[in-house]
Amino acid sequence: MNDDLPEELHRRVERFLAAHDPATTERLTWLRARFDAGLAWVSFPAGLGGLGLPQALQAEVDGLFDDAGAPDNRKKANGIGLGMAAPTILRFGTDAQKQRFLRPLWTGEEIWCQLFSEPGAGSDLAAVATRAVRDGDTWVVSGQKVWTSGAHHARFAILLARTNPDVPKHGGLTYFLCDMTDPGVDVRPLRQITGEAEFNEVFLTDVSIPDSHRLGAEGAGWKVANATLNNERVAIGGRAALRESGMIGEVVDTWRTNPQRRTPELHARLLGLWVEAEVARLTGQRLRQKLALGQPGPEGATMKLTFARLNQQLSGLELELLGEDGLRYSDWSMTRPDKVDMTGRDAGYRYLRARGNSIEGGTSEILRNIIAERLLGLPAEPRVDKDIPWKELPR
Amino acid sequence: MSDLDLLYSDVEDDLRSSVRNVLADHCDPAAVTAVYDGDRSGLDGLWKALAVDLGLAGLLVPEDRGGAGASAREAAVVLEELGRAAAPVPFLTSSVVATVLLLAAQTDLLPRLAAGTSTASLLVPLSTVPDGPLPSIRVGAGGRLTGTITSVAGALEADVLLVPVRTAAGIAVYAVDTAVAGVVPVVSLDMTRQLADVTLADAAGELVLGDAEHAIRRALEAGAALLASEQLGVARWCLDTTVAFLKERRQFGRALGGFQALKHRLADLYTGVESMNAAARHAAAALAAGDLDLPVATAVAQAYCSDLAVTAAEEAVQLHGGIGMTWEYPVHLYLKRAKADQIAFGTPDTHRARLGALIGLDS
Ligand SMILES: Cc1cc2nc3c(=O)[nH]c(=O)nc-3n(C[C@H](O)[C@H](O)[C@H](O)COP(=O)(O)OP(=O)(O)OC[C@H]3O[C@@H](n4cnc5c(N)ncnc54)[C@H](O)[C@@H]3O)c2cc1C
Repeated sequence: MNDDLPEELHRRVERFLAAHDPATTERLTWLRARFDAGLAWVSFPAGLGGLGLPQALQAEVDGLFDDAGAPDNRKKANGIGLGMAAPTILRFGTDAQKQRFLRPLWTGEEIWCQLFSEPGAGSDLAAVATRAVRDGDTWVVSGQKVWTSGAHHARFAILLARTNPDVPKHGGLTYFLCDMTDPGVDVRPLRQITGEAEFNEVFLTDVSIPDSHRLGAEGAGWKVANATLNNERVAIGGRAALRESGMIGEVVDTWRTNPQRRTPELHARLLGLWVEAEVARLTGQRLRQKLALGQPGPEGATMKLTFARLNQQLSGLELELLGEDGLRYSDWSMTRPDKVDMTGRDAGYRYLRARGNSIEGGTSEILRNIIAERLLGLPAEPRVDKDIPWKELPR
Repeated sequence: MSDLDLLYSDVEDDLRSSVRNVLADHCDPAAVTAVYDGDRSGLDGLWKALAVDLGLAGLLVPEDRGGAGASAREAAVVLEELGRAAAPVPFLTSSVVATVLLLAAQTDLLPRLAAGTSTASLLVPLSTVPDGPLPSIRVGAGGRLTGTITSVAGALEADVLLVPVRTAAGIAVYAVDTAVAGVVPVVSLDMTRQLADVTLADAAGELVLGDAEHAIRRALEAGAALLASEQLGVARWCLDTTVAFLKERRQFGRALGGFQALKHRLADLYTGVESMNAAARHAAAALAAGDLDLPVATAVAQAYCSDLAVTAAEEAVQLHGGIGMTWEYPVHLYLKRAKADQIAFGTPDTHRARLGALIGLDS
């Protein structure tokens, strides 16, 4: 890496800010200009919001813009778009798809959701039954998806559907970009453990998707979906973070502000988890340094596994630490949030919501299988359905 | 000292099935979940069926004071079943804690509680440790009571509050009609045992017990000892439901319960729940027998069962996958109950510290 790079980038940001004062420029105009200047995601190629620079420089750029009071691109509401759809489109998309989708995705004009899981295809994602049938230049898609976070405010979805039922399950899948405003898309709220309805059931009835919105080759859906999932795991577990940020930050605050609740045992547990959170932060840093541009492999599974366990242990400890206050909750009413707000709400919410961290984006059990089989090369579980055409599988 | 009996008698088994039948009729998961949205409409009927029709309210009250003259062993069986259903009823707060307290007093309140015509709650936060600091209300001229106690369990269901009051001689207990108290419902982590903040402002009270500290602590000790049985019921439901689910749920062309990784998890959980059964039963038996070992038995049961019930509920959520995170499927009710129970009557670390002092292993 060129030593002058950070400085040169710094100057570039400053020139941009001089020409586009965030205080006086309309929000979307400003965001689009930032994208066009290649300062959106600097590791993306020039012309697609980036400058082809190392991913490691992103945090710095974001920091400079934040300090200058730059408008937000709805990062939290668009985690699936930014963390999963974008890198997959970048890797597998046609030029036209990249031109059409990446800019409004990054600016937050178009929020994305993930139509992967189904009632019969959770851990066994390759068993997806939603059918896509070709009709000339379009695909007609019908089926049911479930646990779709944020579908109620998404404009587009990444969608996994079955295009060929006559081959074994992994080979018959195709990956699509689905317009959520199509009349055949029916989004119904699913209330969850916290009281709110952040995820949904999505019913697809004869939704028509142009072939130009197919991502990757017909039948290559499994490979494309795995790229998405690997990105998802890094996005969930491997974010750049400051010491004591995220869940550990909440718990240390609670410790520092509740001296009357301190006991030796809770102290020992807190310090043990503090060390683990710090090591997890460093492991994430190391992983990000190792990662080639936009193409994480299965190693993200370790980060996500640790992230989920720590979030759960920390939020559980926080309630014990709060004692009487831990018995109280903020609000059970059914709201329709547009993001997961782990730090903005009470400890009870954190505790309940964190249970999902080891289920969403691949359960911790499945991640352990991935680590054992793909990273350690241990023999796979016997597969009873591997060579049987999908349509002949018992359901 | 002979070993306490940790099994169940035929009478106890019969009691269990009667309670289970009533709960099956009156306490389905949908009705329990409704309390989270503030719908408590079915609860009076449920409590009447248990307290009056089955006579559970008077279980711990001697026959000559209007009760059934049963023991803590039977109360524990009831709590196992109530835990299994996450039932939103004031049995633990009224028929155990308040009742044990009133056993030390000469009062006509006790027969009313036993008959189920009155329901009482001891005015302390649910998180109060049996031998920890006790909150108290001030008494003014003419026995008027003033003060606020937060996070009280059973106050919403009670018509009588048993109020610890600090006097020159120590702590006394007064009875206060809930109608003259400010009882403000609290949005609680566990709405199946919803808390309330209670304020008394110059409220009239009637002295029930003068030198009451010992009796209050005994009542809390009984609550803590028997809470372990409720936790056992919670954990058993989680184990049984998860085993049944994983026998049915198929992925990868197989029943998920056939994956060895999950079999081992469930085998560990089963081992833990069986251990809870021993610890909870031991605490109940020690309480029933008036055994001198009760404080140790309680601390052991609380230290062990509190954490294990949480583990069981967390495992249940995890092993159900996405369904475990939903509002419709009842497993969340048990997670919330288990987590709140872990804090009730003191967190496990508090009980381990208590235990250390009791067995000569101080820090
Ligand atoms: C909060 C939340 C948000 C979500 N958001 C989305 C979303 O936006 N889009 C989307 O497509 N999906 C989403 N999901 C779905 C999620 O990806 C699935 O729930 C998950 O993949 C598990 O599938 P399942 O629920 O069918 O559980 P199942 O696959 O039925 O698993 C049940 C249990 O069995 C275990 N198990 C399964 N197979 C094995 C095995 N081989 N070995 C050992 N154990 C095994 C699992 O780990 C789990 O504990 C979300 C889920 C949650 C909880």
